[in-house]
Amino acid sequence: MSREAVGRILAPAVLGIVVLAAWQLLTAAGAVDDYLLPSPAAILEQMIEFAPTLVGSALITGGNALLGLVAGTVVGILLALAASASRLVDHLAAPVVAGLAVVPIVALAPVLNTMYGADSQLGRQAIAALAVFVPVFVNSLRGLRQSRPVHRDLMRVYAARPAQEMRYVTLPAARPFVFTGIRIASSLAVISALVAEYFGGPRGGLGGLISTSAASSAYARAWAYVVSAIVLGLAFYLVTSAMERLATPASTRPGRAGGTT
Amino acid sequence: MTAQHAVVVDTVDKVFGTGERRVVALDKVSLTVAAGEFVSLIGPSGCGKSTLLRLLADLDEPSAGTITVFGKPAKQARIDQDYGIAFQQSGLLPWRTIAANVELPLEVHGVGKRERRERARELLELVGLADFLDKHPDQLSGGMQQRVAIARALAERPKLLLMDEPFGALDEMTREYLQGELVRICAETGAAVVFVTHSIPEAAFLSDRVVVMSPRPGRIRAVLETGFSSADRGAGMREDPSFFAAVTRVREALGAAHHEPEALGAAHDEPTPHAEPVA
Amino acid sequence: MTAQDAAPALRRRRTRGWLPRVATGLGGILVLAAGWELYKLLGPDDGVVVAGTRILPRTTDLAMPHIWDMLARLGSGTTRSNRSEPLWFDVLEACITTFGIAAVGWLLGVAVGLGFALLMQRWRLAESALLPWIVLSQTVPLIAFAPLVRSWGARIEIGAFEWQDWMSVAVIASYLAFFPVAVGALRGLQSPDAIHTELFHSYAIGWWRTLLKLRLPASVPYLLPALRLAAANAVVGAVVAEVSTGLQGGIGRLLIQFAGQASGDPAKAWGPIFGAVALGLVAAGSVALLGALLKDYRREEVNG
Repeated sequence: MSREAVGRILAPAVLGIVVLAAWQLLTAAGAVDDYLLPSPAAILEQMIEFAPTLVGSALITGGNALLGLVAGTVVGILLALAASASRLVDHLAAPVVAGLAVVPIVALAPVLNTMYGADSQLGRQAIAALAVFVPVFVNSLRGLRQSRPVHRDLMRVYAARPAQEMRYVTLPAARPFVFTGIRIASSLAVISALVAEYFGGPRGGLGGLISTSAASSAYARAWAYVVSAIVLGLAFYLVTSAMERLATPASTRPGRAGGTT
Repeated sequence: MTAQHAVVVDTVDKVFGTGERRVVALDKVSLTVAAGEFVSLIGPSGCGKSTLLRLLADLDEPSAGTITVFGKPAKQARIDQDYGIAFQQSGLLPWRTIAANVELPLEVHGVGKRERRERARELLELVGLADFLDKHPDQLSGGMQQRVAIARALAERPKLLLMDEPFGALDEMTREYLQGELVRICAETGAAVVFVTHSIPEAAFLSDRVVVMSPRPGRIRAVLETGFSSADRGAGMREDPSFFAAVTRVREALGAAHHEPEALGAAHDEPTPHAEPVA
Repeated sequence: MTAQDAAPALRRRRTRGWLPRVATGLGGILVLAAGWELYKLLGPDDGVVVAGTRILPRTTDLAMPHIWDMLARLGSGTTRSNRSEPLWFDVLEACITTFGIAAVGWLLGVAVGLGFALLMQRWRLAESALLPWIVLSQTVPLIAFAPLVRSWGARIEIGAFEWQDWMSVAVIASYLAFFPVAVGALRGLQSPDAIHTELFHSYAIGWWRTLLKLRLPASVPYLLPALRLAAANAVVGAVVAEVSTGLQGGIGRLLIQFAGQASGDPAKAWGPIFGAVALGLVAAGSVALLGALLKDYRREEVNG
């Protein structure tokens, strides 16, 4: 392993271990109160004890996030296609999307719960989908505009039909951007699905359990759920990062693009 | 004056923009290129040489006048794939292998997979890149990428090649090597070539005729016969007095066309609407 | 010629500016509103149910009030009492409270983010040790711990200083705000070309003055979008934290409270939603104003 690679892996790992050890030592010595921060060992203990609930609630929240991710991605890509084809759609959508990007979407959670009914998870899935939609739309549209003039000229020279230009030039150029959007969106999907649970609706997800545990002063258990939420977020991130890598072969990664001389 | 002529350009004007921003890129330009003939367009930035090539390729339409390619309107010639084209940027699709890039025009036109493969191999052998079939463009040097682009331009066996400064971004050694390769390829395929360049030796070395253009408005200043045959164009010719004489004649014709150094803002190329930043 | 032609085109794009953009923006909102009303008109009362799951909402007035009812509701009293302020007033008041908390969170987040960025720019080792954790901290929903912060309130006392509930909210807001600043500022500080850093090096100019004269100005085009995103994140963080810590007085509390009354007064629940939307836009807009002051440094952002 090169020195640089060692630094890249070793440095953060050492930092993580040092922080974790300091945390454990401080809490064990009683320097930090339980309500502020329970010890890692106590959290781990709770995680083992409540493992089945943990997995069940992670499945509920994760399921909401996944459905939101899929729905938001589909809508985001379709609308980006429409916006790249039609100026009007682009002009109408751009300000709304720019607004959506800075607005607390989760504020819609309470009324969505009313709209879909109190026992439905759809409100949360809709929140996740809305949050996912923004980066997927923005990145897809950027990707669809990546085709270079020389490639468009080439397609005209070949008298290619619009569908062929789409297939041979536009879509392949857009693909890495779409998957980057999905990777960014995946974290938002989990966060939104989780946070939406704080705004009411059916119980049973990770967010709901974190609130109830905290409210009943079971801090270590609440932290155990927080850790599961982190693992869930990490899983989404790793899977979508892997997809992004697969969709972007080494030869087309930005900065290494061929065809320029 | 139809079938034996590859290209006939008849009093063509091309104007970009309107009002204050109006630029006359081409002013009453006429030119005929015979079948199998190699013609270079040379001139300073803004003389309309690339614009003229884009009109031949039907990438733009003339504001006035007519363009005929093998006796048909330029648009029909494009649809019939009567010409192949290579740009200054190789324009290879970075996500496709070298072979798949060469196959691209054939694939667009519905040629079967097997036949495509066969033809791509043949063409890459012609440009000396048969070993790079499955590589991606970023694994090749700039000169190799340009050779792939030429192979791609030849895919439909065109009788006319349009080349827009294809060696413009390459270093001098690679340039001279590829010029030699181009001479060989032209001799093997018998295609006519319209070749845009701003290198005087390049124009003198490659061409049967050199068309010297002047800017603002873009006009043809002079047409010079070099008098070389493809048999002459070996490595030795670059040191031959007749070659120096040809270079001098082109340079003098250009000197007459070129009054002053370019202003700072005009240092870029002519105002093609698809101008893109050099990467 | 290309360069000369491009200059007026750019200028035109910049000055043609706000009027058409506002017009199309309103157009986009109208399309959304029309979609809402159209679905409400045509959709079945009980929503669209596929395989036992309702995938499109109920269209009753209770579930989906008319847009004009939502807007009209803003003008009438928050409660039925005669002395009640109009709804818009209470929403505005709550927005101002939340805006203040979010602003504190933003400032804190920006300070911490910049600190991290400087640290990482200065020492390579700090970058390799910290950056993965900073990126990781945002890919995972650490905001999940918001309900836990509630337990801090009134329990931390340092001398005369007593931890207030709103401070917990500001801390969570700052946690969401710091990430874009840290990453954006780091990219910005590292953005000068080798030509420039080597030039400064050849002038024997030290790290601090290179930072002031080169790296900070160069980082503006990266920093401004990061600050904008940080402002939006701070608002989201503040709203969420208000809800999960049960803090009174802000927009988050109103969201929950009025949603609870939705069965009797469905349009009322939309009042704080409009407030939250306005809050996000105002927060991002404030940073955009800051950008206008720094326009000399953001030529690159303008030119794309």
